[in-house]
Amino acid sequence: MALDAKIPEGPLEDKWDNHRFGIKLVNPANKRRFDIVVVGTGLAGASAAASLAELGYNVKVVTFHDSPRRAHSIAAQGGINAAKNYKNDGDSIYRLFYDTIKGGDYRSREANVYRLAQVSVDIIDQCVAQGVPFAREYGGLLDNRSFGGAQVSRTFYARGQTGQQLLLGAYQALMRAVHSYGVQLYPRTEMLDVVVKDGRTAGIVCRDLNTGEVFSIAAHAVVLATGGYGNAFYLSTNAKNSNVSATWRAAKRGAYFANPCYTQIHPTCIPASDEFQSKLTLMSESLRNDGRVWLPKQMDDARSPDQMPEQDRDYFLERRYPAFGNLVPRDVASRAIKHEVDAGRGVGPLKNGAYLDLSEATARLGQDVIEERYGNLFEMYERITGEDPYKVPMRIYPAIHYTMGGLWVDYNLMSNLPGLFVLGEANFSDHGANRLGASALMQGLADGYFVVPYTIGDYLAPLLGTKPPSIDDPAFVEAEHAVDDQVRRLLSINGKQTVDEIHRELGRVLWDNCGMARSEQSLSKALSEIPAIREEFWKNVCVLGENESRNQALEKAGRVADFLEFGELMVLDALRRNESCGGHFREEYQTEDGEALRDDEHFAYVASWEFTGVGNEPELHKEQLNFEYVHPSTRSYK
Amino acid sequence: MSNQSMRITLTVWRQPSPDVDGKFETYDVPGVSPDMSFLEMLDVVNERLMHDGKEPIAFDHDCREGICGSCGFMINGRAHGPERATATCQLHMRKFRDGDHLTIEPWRAAGFPLVKDLIVDRSAFDRIIESGGYVSVGTGGAPDGNLIPIPKPVADAAMDAAACIGCGACVAACPNGAAQLFTSAKMQHLNLLPQGQAERWDRTVVMVETMETYFGSCTNHRECEAACPKSISIDFIALMNKDFAKAQLKQRRLVGQSFP
Amino acid sequence: MATTATPPTKTAQAPPVGPARPIRKLVPNAPPIVRFYRSSVGKKWVMAVTGVMLMGFVVAHLIGNLKLYLSKEEINLYGEALRDMPGHLLPRTVLLWTLRSGLFVAFVLHIHSAYSLTMTNRKARPHQYQSKRDYVAADFASRTMRWTGIIVLAYLVFHLMDLTWGTANSQWVRGDPYNNLVYSLQRPVVAIAYGVANIALAFHLYHGAWSMFQSMGINNPRINKLRRSFAIGFAGLILVGNLSFPILIQAHVVDLKCPHTEPTTAPCKAV
Ligand SMILES: Cc1cc2nc3c(=O)[nH]c(=O)nc-3n(C[C@H](O)[C@H](O)[C@H](O)COP(=O)(O)OP(=O)(O)OC[C@H]3O[C@@H](n4cnc5c(N)ncnc54)[C@H](O)[C@@H]3O)c2cc1C
Ligand code: HEM
Ligand code: HEM
Ligand code: SF4
Ligand code: F3S
Ligand code: FES
Repeated sequence: MALDAKIPEGPLEDKWDNHRFGIKLVNPANKRRFDIVVVGTGLAGASAAASLAELGYNVKVVTFHDSPRRAHSIAAQGGINAAKNYKNDGDSIYRLFYDTIKGGDYRSREANVYRLAQVSVDIIDQCVAQGVPFAREYGGLLDNRSFGGAQVSRTFYARGQTGQQLLLGAYQALMRAVHSYGVQLYPRTEMLDVVVKDGRTAGIVCRDLNTGEVFSIAAHAVVLATGGYGNAFYLSTNAKNSNVSATWRAAKRGAYFANPCYTQIHPTCIPASDEFQSKLTLMSESLRNDGRVWLPKQMDDARSPDQMPEQDRDYFLERRYPAFGNLVPRDVASRAIKHEVDAGRGVGPLKNGAYLDLSEATARLGQDVIEERYGNLFEMYERITGEDPYKVPMRIYPAIHYTMGGLWVDYNLMSNLPGLFVLGEANFSDHGANRLGASALMQGLADGYFVVPYTIGDYLAPLLGTKPPSIDDPAFVEAEHAVDDQVRRLLSINGKQTVDEIHRELGRVLWDNCGMARSEQSLSKALSEIPAIREEFWKNVCVLGENESRNQALEKAGRVADFLEFGELMVLDALRRNESCGGHFREEYQTEDGEALRDDEHFAYVASWEFTGVGNEPELHKEQLNFEYVHPSTRSYK
Repeated sequence: MSNQSMRITLTVWRQPSPDVDGKFETYDVPGVSPDMSFLEMLDVVNERLMHDGKEPIAFDHDCREGICGSCGFMINGRAHGPERATATCQLHMRKFRDGDHLTIEPWRAAGFPLVKDLIVDRSAFDRIIESGGYVSVGTGGAPDGNLIPIPKPVADAAMDAAACIGCGACVAACPNGAAQLFTSAKMQHLNLLPQGQAERWDRTVVMVETMETYFGSCTNHRECEAACPKSISIDFIALMNKDFAKAQLKQRRLVGQSFP
Repeated sequence: MATTATPPTKTAQAPPVGPARPIRKLVPNAPPIVRFYRSSVGKKWVMAVTGVMLMGFVVAHLIGNLKLYLSKEEINLYGEALRDMPGHLLPRTVLLWTLRSGLFVAFVLHIHSAYSLTMTNRKARPHQYQSKRDYVAADFASRTMRWTGIIVLAYLVFHLMDLTWGTANSQWVRGDPYNNLVYSLQRPVVAIAYGVANIALAFHLYHGAWSMFQSMGINNPRINKLRRSFAIGFAGLILVGNLSFPILIQAHVVDLKCPHTEPTTAPCKAV
């Protein structure tokens, strides 16, 4: 099947306006006749659910959290971008668009990205109106900071809790919709399958996590906003429960999975301390505005950092990238750090980190300013490591943080399955091969507040008068049985290995072979190892307890089962993409000074994979990317 | 960073479901690294339990960064444990000593019915927000973000309140099972800001009344403040009480409209 | 925007696992006053306001009682003056009775709200903690308000029988509070009872006189520091003042002065 991105005609600036004018509308009185189920209550899901309900649609919302407010978006620290140009430093919609395309290493869709930059402006206004307490200047106006990969100050923030505040805004809008527009909430409910009937998405199958009850929700359209799959690597900065199940199970029903190999490594995470590490903690990138990254010049220099004279320090980011210095994009920074640490210059007990040093900024700006900006990050660091960053420079190491890949969607954010819309980190849309800092929050909210509420109408309008199939329909019954069977099966194995042990094993394989740097041979190695782990899982996993009461091991098992299938696809995609771009770095393809070497001639496409059965080679569908406005050049941050 | 391992005795409340009686079970936990977080220690216990064919301890958690508000239980009689301004997931074992005996128990309040072991249902908090914990602005049509300047101190105060993570420790710690700290924080975040003024008085009354359908009443014990992982101040409770009284006096109905 | 709180979901019969059920009903259409007093925040206001009235009384009462140290005549004249206020503007004891009834109402409201809050809080935690609680901020005073309150109440009843109605005081003579009091506090048991009650009251006030600021939303960074000092000062004043009576009378520093001789307010001739 040919992939039609449905990119509107006309000049870049007008595409979105033309499109909004062009698409079909559902008249207000008819909106309540349409049932929409939104899965996920992160920034994307909550904002979409609230906005759709306000329009009058019949909205149901599903999340596995006990409250919509707990979605993983809550953890975002640094900030959200918007082309407001409040700082008068030459920012503009076009520049945000340009930075995003360039940051994404020319692997994203111009039209989508431009639209993103356009609506970014409204997002801030919307959030302020909701009462999001963005940082202010003394004059009472909104404050901005600069963020990785940008030379302008366009990042809005609320202390180190931007994601929390934005999510609470969206969550409150959602709760208002529950109160005033009859949105139905299904908390502690996990979506485990998408039901497709006669080529249309008909609804979803869910499991109540407290009672184990499996039930279906039929709808005219399903909106997936279920986040990213970073946890495939076991250790990541994602919340422990983030998983790929929703999107992967949709993929198994025919939705194409795009660019699974585009995973982002975040440079400033706290290095792992021991083998019990359950997740990695991110220190907001904003630290790089005032922090300098360095390592001792010579190996195993035992001196404590404060004893280290300037001339023995190597500020390698500033050395390698004079223009951007410590503010180079994440992938560049991460690889630079990995490069140095691999060379054996790492610091810390496990020699697995580099210094992120704010002492100079502290001297320049004063401790109170630093505390004002990063106080809570410093506290967090001290809690975790037991070291005081005001005295000893922090230690950082890259970790899996974000996944640019996701379900393929067209300009309307609809996947190739009619009626299945995908928002936020769950889709592949706007970040190409690498996401710029503070752009995910922007994209999630753009999708949810300002894109899908319009575009969904275009799909629904023609369906006026039709009903979604009843949940007694064989399609639903079959799917419910499938879900039920898997649960029973997992409970019946009674093996020797815990779910986490197997997940860690998978994570190790993926991190070692498909992590920050990949090679044909490491990837083939992974391809041969993953099926074995999967087999081990289904033979020897140990899931105790019952289905009928809360069973967290059972939940995990289901998610890991999906990671075990999905991981293979991720590796395969990485293996097939014979170039380096953004987060995808293939050792074979690099410039002599170790920079990513793109191959625009052969790989300027979106790789969308069609599932063809577990263990079978999936089918590749390419969406060519053509750049009419920004001309692909080798990214240089020198 | 210290690497000598510790031995902990852990007494945990085990209750398969609300309709059967729960009881404490005690486990001997050797080989605890001081760098582990409290939840990582529980992970280890669970791994061992499963290898002995025993069901793992059920406890809520997600972000493990002290921001999602999922985690939390009583540790030796204190909500979120001994360290101030720290959620359970951010509490590290280096805060304890080798040989310590730790007793952990779920939040207990009528508003937080037990689900399993250490997990409780906190959806009553959602009901409080649902009743009025928002500014009624639909998507679209919002004025420019810089239209209303907000003095930095006001924005900061609102942010202090808005930092609440909805963990429920305040209720758990309160001798009266009152949700005043949570409710006042959520309410004052909006009541302090210009954007929140239009609905200020209605919001205050309905949030208080909804709160009181599920939770106890405040007699100013201040335990909540001490337990709060975000150190939300009880000053917000005072502000809520003030607004509640003011709301009674405000004549919000226009002339000619009948009283309820 | 809602003008009434959202009714709780799933009120019917409780499933084993599920969201919380309400511990009290909402009456959104009740008249504002009722709605206000039904709310525990409202009750706390009532409690604080009545608390302040009671505090006012206790101070005034203490000051009045200190006349005991001046002379029998002084305090008896004072009692007389109370009955006589405000001179010829009103018939005798009218104002006194007005104040008494105000005081009475304050007590009733204070106690009722205390009682009903206590009940609510019981319902709010049906299952107590099974392991030992470790309180960080809540002090002895704040956790014993109910008990100290009840002690004060019990004391008050006895106190009135003892000195106002004389039913608990065999030597009681109308209009001679001086001797009534001295006689009463010469009985060691009674003196101890007074002591205990006033210590309880002091504890009650140590928390109460701080707590009332919170309840009435009197919160201002500039004065917050002072609230605690005020409470300590106030409780201390009442404690010292009120304890002085039983102590000094037991120590016979203050002694009976020619009881049962009329008129009680005249200088005492007999020895
Ligand atoms: C530590 C950290 C810091 C970050 N900082 C920033 C930042 O500063 N700036 C920035 O722009 N971005 C940041 N990001 C990225 C950004 O937070 C995420 O990309 C974004 O929040 C994703 O939002 P979302 O709505 O797409 O998905 P999520 O917020 O992940 O929400 C997923 C939702 O889907 C639900 N769900 C998932 N699967 C199922 C299922 N099967 N059934 C039912 N429900 C399901 C979950 O319950 C959840 O509610 C950060 C990410 C991390 C990890
Ligand atoms: C007579 C029986 C009494 C009972 C049963 C009683 C009970 C209580 C209780 C339970 C409280 C609630 C604690 C709190 O909310 O902080 C309280 C508060 C208070 N009481 Fe009493 N009390 C009594 C008498 C008194 C007296 C005689 C005084 C003053 C002399 C007094 C002054 C106060 C004050 C100032 C408060 C604080 C109110 C507030 O916190 O808002 N009480 N009382
Ligand atoms: C040791 C301390 C106290 C002493 C010496 C004392 C003394 C007295 C005396 C002599 C009277 C009788 C006045 C009369 O002739 O009617 C009286 C009345 C009264 N006392 Fe006290 N009292 C003390 C403490 C208290 C306290 C703590 C309270 C309140 C909690 C209280 C409440 C009253 C009341 C309500 C009356 C009745 C007043 C009236 O008749 O209108 N007293 N007290
Ligand atoms: S106020 Fe503090 S303790 Fe209460 S829910 Fe919010 S964060 Fe938790
Ligand atoms: S502990 Fe409870 S009594 Fe009030 S001050 Fe906090 S809610
Ligand atoms: S797990 Fe998120 S706050 Fe502790």
